[in-house]
Amino acid sequence: MGAYSAQPQLSLLGFCMNIPLSTPSCAPNGSSQSLRLCVEGLSVQRAGRRIIDNIGFKLAEGEALVVSGRNGAGKSTLLRALAGLLPTLQGAVNLNSGDLEVELPQNTHYLAHADGMKLALSVEENLNFWANYLAAESHPRSQSIAQALSIVGLTHALRAPFGALSAGQKRRAALARLLVAYRPLWLLDEPMTALDQVSRVRFAQAMRAHCVEGGLIVVATHEPLGFETTRELAL
Amino acid sequence: MTLRSTSPLWALFLREWRVARRIGGSGAMGVVFFLTFVTLVPFAIGADPNLLARIGPAILWIAALMASLLSFDRLFQADAEDGSLDLLHLGSAPLELVVLIKCLAHWAASGLPLILAAPFLGLMLQQEPIALGGVVVTLLAGTPAITLIGGIGAAATVTVRRGGLLMALLVLPLTIPILIFGVSAAQAAIGGSVPFLSPFLILCAMTLTAFALCPFAAAAALRYLGE
Repeated sequence: MGAYSAQPQLSLLGFCMNIPLSTPSCAPNGSSQSLRLCVEGLSVQRAGRRIIDNIGFKLAEGEALVVSGRNGAGKSTLLRALAGLLPTLQGAVNLNSGDLEVELPQNTHYLAHADGMKLALSVEENLNFWANYLAAESHPRSQSIAQALSIVGLTHALRAPFGALSAGQKRRAALARLLVAYRPLWLLDEPMTALDQVSRVRFAQAMRAHCVEGGLIVVATHEPLGFETTRELAL
Repeated sequence: MTLRSTSPLWALFLREWRVARRIGGSGAMGVVFFLTFVTLVPFAIGADPNLLARIGPAILWIAALMASLLSFDRLFQADAEDGSLDLLHLGSAPLELVVLIKCLAHWAASGLPLILAAPFLGLMLQQEPIALGGVVVTLLAGTPAITLIGGIGAAATVTVRRGGLLMALLVLPLTIPILIFGVSAAQAAIGGSVPFLSPFLILCAMTLTAFALCPFAAAAALRYLGE
C-alpha cells in the first residue's frame, strides 16, 4: 500500500486507518506494512498500588494473546491501559504499521463487562450507532448489521429492545459490535461470559477469522477459547 | 426510522435524542416539575395580580433552572454505567465534541420543552404578551449555558453514586450570572430603566463563552475520572 509512504501524515490524521490489504500472514515478518502491537515496560498504578509492573510484549499481525491470571491479577487493568483508558505510570503502548505509528484508540475495539448498549434502543439502533460512531469511514471489512447478527446467531432479535434480551443475548449483541465496525486490534475482557456452548464456538470462529484476516487480539479469560492461540501471557 | 451511515457526531446526537425520547423521563418530567413549581408560587405569596406580574419573569427563570437541574445527573452517569463512556473515548471525534453534542441533545430533549411551556405557565402569573416574549427569548438564549455548566457538574460527579445533590451544589453557584442577566433582560422587556438589549447581549455573550469553555472542562473531568 503506497498510500502510507506517500502520505504518512494523512494516514495518521485520518479518521479511520486503511488496513493494508496484502495477503494476510501470521508470520511476524510477513510484510513491511504489517501491523504490530508493541508494549514496552508498561507499569500501571491504581489506587496507589502498582498493579501492572514492567510488562512488555510484541504482537504481530494475525496473532492472538491470551492473558491469564487469578482474580485481581490485573488482567482488566492491563486491557484498559492498552486501550488508553488508564494513565500509565511508565512504559509505552504503540500500534505500528510498518515503520509508522498509527492512532491506537481509533483502531481498537474494547469489550469489557459492560456491553455499552442502551436498554431503551433496539439491537439494530444500538449497532447502527456504534457502526457509525466507531467507523468514521466505512471499512470494506466492516460487516452489515444483518451479517454480524447472523455470525453471532442473533438475527431474530434485530428489532427487539436491548433491554428485553437475556444476559447471553446481550453479550452476543455486544460481540456483534466488534464486527459492524472493522478495527484491527481487539481488546477483549472475558468475552465469553454468559455465552452458551454454541455461541462460544461461533465467537471463537469469529476471532479466528479476525486473526486470519490480519487482526490482532488480546483477550483476558479463564476459559479455553477453543482455537489455537499463538501466545500466552500469565500475570 | 432510517438506518444509514452518518457522521459519528450526528449518530451520537440521534442516539441521545432517541434514548431521551424513548425513556421519556427528562423532557416530560421537567415540564411537569416546571408546572408544579409555578403553580406553587401564587399559593405561597398570594394571588395579587400586580405582584405576580412584577415577579413573574423571575419565577419562570428560577423554575426553569430547577427543572433543568433535575435531569443533569444522568447525563454521563448512564453512559458510565453501561460502558458506553469507555467506548466513546475510542471514537475518532475528540471527547470535547462528544461532550458538546451530548449537551446539545440533552438541551433539545429537556431544555426546549421547558421553553415551549414557559409562555403557557406565564399566563398563570399574569404576564403581558410582551413579558411572555421576553421570558421565552431570554430562556432561549440562557438555557444552553445552564445545560453546558450542568455538563461540567455531571462530568465531575460521574463516579459518585447518587451524586445529584452534590451536582446541584456544584452547578447552582455557577449559574448565578446567567440568572442575574436572564431575569434582568426579561424584566427589561416589560419596561424599566434598563434597555432590553444591554442585559440580553451580556446573557448571549455568557452563553457563547459557555459553549467555548464548558466542553473542555467537562471533557477534562471525564478524562481524569476515567480511571
